[in-house]
Amino acid sequence: MRYYFTLAVTLVILWLGLSGVYKPLLFALGAASVALVVWLTERMEVLGAEHDPATLSWRLLVYWGWLVGQVILSNIAVARAVLDPRRIQPTLIQVPVRQQTNMGRVTYANSITLTPGTVTTWLASNGDRAQVHALLADAVEGLETDAMGQRVQWLEGKPR
Amino acid sequence: MTSVLLGTILAILTTMALALWRAIRGPSVFDTIVGVNVFGTKTVLLIALIAYFSGNNDLVDVALVYALINFLAVIAVLKLVRQRDLAASREPSDD
Amino acid sequence: MIETLITVLSALMLLTGGAFAVIGGVGVVRFPDVYTRLHAGGVTDTIAPLLIVGGLVLQSGWHLLSFKLLLILLFLLFTTPTASHATARAAMAAGIEPVTRDGRSASGDSSSNT
Repeated sequence: MRYYFTLAVTLVILWLGLSGVYKPLLFALGAASVALVVWLTERMEVLGAEHDPATLSWRLLVYWGWLVGQVILSNIAVARAVLDPRRIQPTLIQVPVRQQTNMGRVTYANSITLTPGTVTTWLASNGDRAQVHALLADAVEGLETDAMGQRVQWLEGKPR
Repeated sequence: MTSVLLGTILAILTTMALALWRAIRGPSVFDTIVGVNVFGTKTVLLIALIAYFSGNNDLVDVALVYALINFLAVIAVLKLVRQRDLAASREPSDD
Repeated sequence: MIETLITVLSALMLLTGGAFAVIGGVGVVRFPDVYTRLHAGGVTDTIAPLLIVGGLVLQSGWHLLSFKLLLILLFLLFTTPTASHATARAAMAAGIEPVTRDGRSASGDSSSNT
């Protein structure tokens, strides 16, 4: 039930932000569209753990801040490699995935892909390891120290 | 400020030209997809910049819709390339 | 005073974002294979939107427009990894071998686009 609540609240905020015109008729239309989407979502049975309000916490904000910092750093590294292509050392490596939940694993794999210089090419179906294509030697070292994986584990908090 | 916006728009246009060149040259279909994906995300930024440059704020909504469509287009094309069928429901098992 | 500072900061972010976009575009043309080009594409897909949207948000301040721009940014940052991963995975499934350190040094650094 609280999944529907989170979805409805998110949709209302989205509608208010995108509309910008606040008149009674439009409010009614907005409420109707939110109701329609919630009903369709229920019919499609696509509501899952990612709509759990418990996944939203202050830890997410801290993690995003850290991730943006990492993205900027690796962007500078890749930009230098573009200007001097002799620096690139493309490698395929396997990294262990230690997250407990599917959410955590997907967050980890997506974070690896988001930082330029590393792309997840494959995630094992049982979710315990991933194959990563890395552009630079530094990125390989970074993955082996598992700094990002530990951050995502911290983000997961207590295992459910 | 207008000249700064214009400079950024020109930079984005240059990037789009480079991405288009890669998309046309290939050599594999995936190079084309990489080029088209970069072209698409840069289009979103271009529209947002033009909205500020021209002072026509409604264009930001167009950029938002474009961001949504571009992602779906890339995924749909990839699925078509891989499975030769947009209606296929199962991923081919490669792992 | 604050006004000027914000304008200068916004201009800097916009121009840096544009510069990173061009560098990423050069990389997409210059790098030797699909996977490395994907990394260059990642540069234009992450830091360019971050800086450009950031610069534009600084210009409009507390406004509905900023909300929409941040929504665009959030959406781009959530979807580009998915698109990159799907492309890399499809290329792997199609049997395209990544250029490795050894293969690259064996053939010199002449890229396929010469």
